[in-house]
Amino acid sequence: MNPARYAREIPHRYRLEAAKCKKCGAVFFPHRLICLKCGHRQFETIKISEHGKLETFTVIHTPASDFKDQSPFALGICKFPEGVRITAQIVDIDLEKVRIGMKLQVEFRRIQTDGHAGILSYGYKFVPVI
Amino acid sequence: MRDVAIIGVGIQKWGELWEKSFRDIFVEAALNALDDAKIDKLDSMYIGCMSSGLFVGQEHVASVMADYLGQRHLAATRVESACASGGLALRCGLIEIASGMSDLVLAGGVEKMTDVSGDGATYALATAADQEYECYHGATFPGLYALMARAHMKKYGTTRDQLASVAVKNHDNGSLNPNAQYPFKVTLEGVKNSVMIAEPLRILDCSPITDGAAALILCPYERAREFTDKPVIKVTGSGHATDSIALHDRTSLTTLDGVKVAGQRALKMAGRKLDDIDLVEVHDCFTIAEIIVSESLGFFKPGQGGAACEAGETRIDGKIPINPSGGLKSKGHPVGATGIAQVVEIVHQLRGEAGKRQVKNARIGMAQNMGGSGGSSVVHIMEVE
Ligand SMILES: [Zn+2]
Repeated sequence: MNPARYAREIPHRYRLEAAKCKKCGAVFFPHRLICLKCGHRQFETIKISEHGKLETFTVIHTPASDFKDQSPFALGICKFPEGVRITAQIVDIDLEKVRIGMKLQVEFRRIQTDGHAGILSYGYKFVPVI
Repeated sequence: MRDVAIIGVGIQKWGELWEKSFRDIFVEAALNALDDAKIDKLDSMYIGCMSSGLFVGQEHVASVMADYLGQRHLAATRVESACASGGLALRCGLIEIASGMSDLVLAGGVEKMTDVSGDGATYALATAADQEYECYHGATFPGLYALMARAHMKKYGTTRDQLASVAVKNHDNGSLNPNAQYPFKVTLEGVKNSVMIAEPLRILDCSPITDGAAALILCPYERAREFTDKPVIKVTGSGHATDSIALHDRTSLTTLDGVKVAGQRALKMAGRKLDDIDLVEVHDCFTIAEIIVSESLGFFKPGQGGAACEAGETRIDGKIPINPSGGLKSKGHPVGATGIAQVVEIVHQLRGEAGKRQVKNARIGMAQNMGGSGGSSVVHIMEVE
């Protein structure tokens, strides 16, 4: 992956930074330049909570080429108290034990070893709450 | 605004057309449509094509296709909205004729998907999802629809058998379609035991990788009789809507709001109610997609789409026939061509030319074409005079 393209997503991927509309309070992840709800253009930066609730998941058996070494792996969508949903892998869990409705925690992990540019890609994954 | 008619349709046998080039595939379908309409000159052309750059390394499709169609200097435009590119090409052609700018317009679609490996096709298709916030984390297209399937099963009790019943029904229909890529039947057990792709979706829940093209010839309704002695098909409704690119940003994971809005817009323009529709071609890129689309368009209540299919309500002789062509599932899914091919089927049905898969007394048909995991949707309504 191009390093500049990687770097500009770091605030979201490393620190879970989101944008909260200063007028209506709606939260967006990643950030936006205009509020989808009210059209306001000023935001404050907030951090998404560490704990979310799993709304749906799948186990991918036929992944994209970059993820072949991790197959099969669980991918899920969690909803967070701020109102946003996030898609990420679910790891450190027996794949048979993943259930809709379970609480999961966000952790900072390596996502993949980039084959082309050779840079390691990091970001968030979901893990069971300890 | 002028009324618009479809006076010609063209398609070919779809599949892995290794001996045919990207340009030949499109020109073949386009010539079939020109012949069907008995015309040889166009005012303009729209080509739906999702990703020729990634599939065959060729952009600037409008120039290639106009020239090879023997219409050098033709005003030609490529349109892209992922797997909804074809439906969007029709809408562009419709708008151009309705406005009075042109009289004879070809709306077509094409995709040549088998020159790349399976991995290459997976990559190209995934560009229709959110690259930074879905694909970065390992999401694939089957994976995104699997997420919808699980959520739908949990919320409404939709079953594995109901998902499989969509594939069985569409392959039954496709076995009657000589142009289908996979014109054979499959069984419930066969679907449920096929290779796992993204739980709970298996390979026979997924539409295939396909080479293919399709084309329509449009003209002002009042001029249709100058060209054709076949039944004239009027395009009475066109609805188009977008939604968030990322599935997780949708209001609901179990409905497709873009489809709903596009459907309502098309019905409003046509001045029709859902009850008036005799048959519908929907974008069944995965079995769960057909179920959710049938609910989002309003044919069934939320959560009832799976049970309705299982009960036979969507068969060719059912209450509301869905995908009499075999759908993307059996007919194939050359992404840019799909939206046009759906309308080709509706035209065949409304003309009474659909042979063994003919829906009885078909007067009004609907076609619903969708991009990505539902980030864009185009719905058209066609009627026979
Ligand atoms: Zn706001």
